Amino acid sequence: MHITRGFKGRARADAATRDRVPPGQYVTSDFPVLTAGPTQHTALDDWTLSLQLGGKLLATWDWKEFEALPQTELKSDIHCVTKWSKLDTRWRGVTIDDLLEAAGIAESPAGFVMAHCDGGYSTNYAIADLIDRRAMVATHYEGSPLPASHGGPARMLVPHLYFWKSAKWVRRLAFKEQDAPGFWESLGYHIRGDPWREQRYAGDE
Amino acid sequence: MNGLLPWLLATASQLHEETADVKTITFDVPGWRGHLAGQHVDIRVTAEDGYVAQRSYSVASSAGPDPRIQLTVERVEDGEVSPFLLDELRVGDSIELRGPIGGYFIWSPGTAGPLMLIAGGSGIAPLMSMLRTRATASSRAPVRLLYSSRSERRIIYRRELDRLQGAGDGFVVTHTLTREVPGGWMGERGRIGRAMLTQRGFAPSERPHVFVCGPTPFVDVIADHLVAIGHAGSSIRTERFGPTGESK
Repeated sequence: MHITRGFKGRARADAATRDRVPPGQYVTSDFPVLTAGPTQHTALDDWTLSLQLGGKLLATWDWKEFEALPQTELKSDIHCVTKWSKLDTRWRGVTIDDLLEAAGIAESPAGFVMAHCDGGYSTNYAIADLIDRRAMVATHYEGSPLPASHGGPARMLVPHLYFWKSAKWVRRLAFKEQDAPGFWESLGYHIRGDPWREQRYAGDE
Repeated sequence: MNGLLPWLLATASQLHEETADVKTITFDVPGWRGHLAGQHVDIRVTAEDGYVAQRSYSVASSAGPDPRIQLTVERVEDGEVSPFLLDELRVGDSIELRGPIGGYFIWSPGTAGPLMLIAGGSGIAPLMSMLRTRATASSRAPVRLLYSSRSERRIIYRRELDRLQGAGDGFVVTHTLTREVPGGWMGERGRIGRAMLTQRGFAPSERPHVFVCGPTPFVDVIADHLVAIGHAGSSIRTERFGPTGESK
């Protein structure tokens, strides 16, 4: 540990808050945006979400059909690799478990998933990180429809991983046997991105 | 464990006041493996009781292997790390640093096509690295920079930008001031909008590589304008910082 002469830092958070903030993160009350390019604006009439398994199309929902799927509310802390964390954010959407069930997949497949998004963004996951009601395709934030700047009409929400994994403007989830890096994972970021293990960049841990 | 990007000790060797709220800090970083223009670093500072804070800063100095790198730091109101860097850090002090980070918001002199740079405030820092890299490489790639500042006093790198433009090698800068405009001001005034982007930037048909860096609302508005005037979304690379301006 290298003590930095003259650095004091903010008033220390209470122990309860400290336990909720992963290493190297700070708590913000704002909701910053991190996007590699312009905001994507997709009209609800043009929006669909598809599920793919090994190249085969399993299911496609348009907006109305998606809204009719079982809706789940989830309260969670989120952690961005750019160092901010936000506590107690409230989301609504459809869990990946419920999507699989709606697609007629009784038992979740083994392996990996690539999320594909409007604007060309993609991000990869182990399926284990998406099931057991830990992740959803979210359409509402704090009781309101998700604005485009924050990924609306629908974004991934995988709150136990760094927030770049919660891909904005998601349109297609491709389940497959082999893992492959997505957009940021190809550009130096960590393949999994667990904030508690501080897996920010390729090679961390 | 940080296998590929270990924490390195970075010692401040020079402090340069750019404006009342902005300083450029030169760090000597033994073990630094070089960077590309547009990349950033993470810095880590540790208080005596072990409390740690990390932040990201763009590298402002020219790309290359030089283990002396420059970060340009703006004061964030109620900030934790920037006031330390601006008010407490002295020449000879050390912090920890790792990088370079980011493989998307980058430009290299070998890239074909014109370069369109749009900066808001201290968002100029990674774009300055691109301009310095271009000058070091004697590249003649056409570049247009649109640079928005609140007032003339807040323009960062003013003289260096003038000097680079004076070289007459294809770099043109347009300044615009959004709040205080002094008498006799020759640049643009007001926020960057579609008219300014059209008149002062490259046309979509010239297929420029576009880099936009600044506060979040600034970047959002400009990226939307760029798409509206016909620039391909895939040609626009953005880097945002600071609050969104939303009350959430």
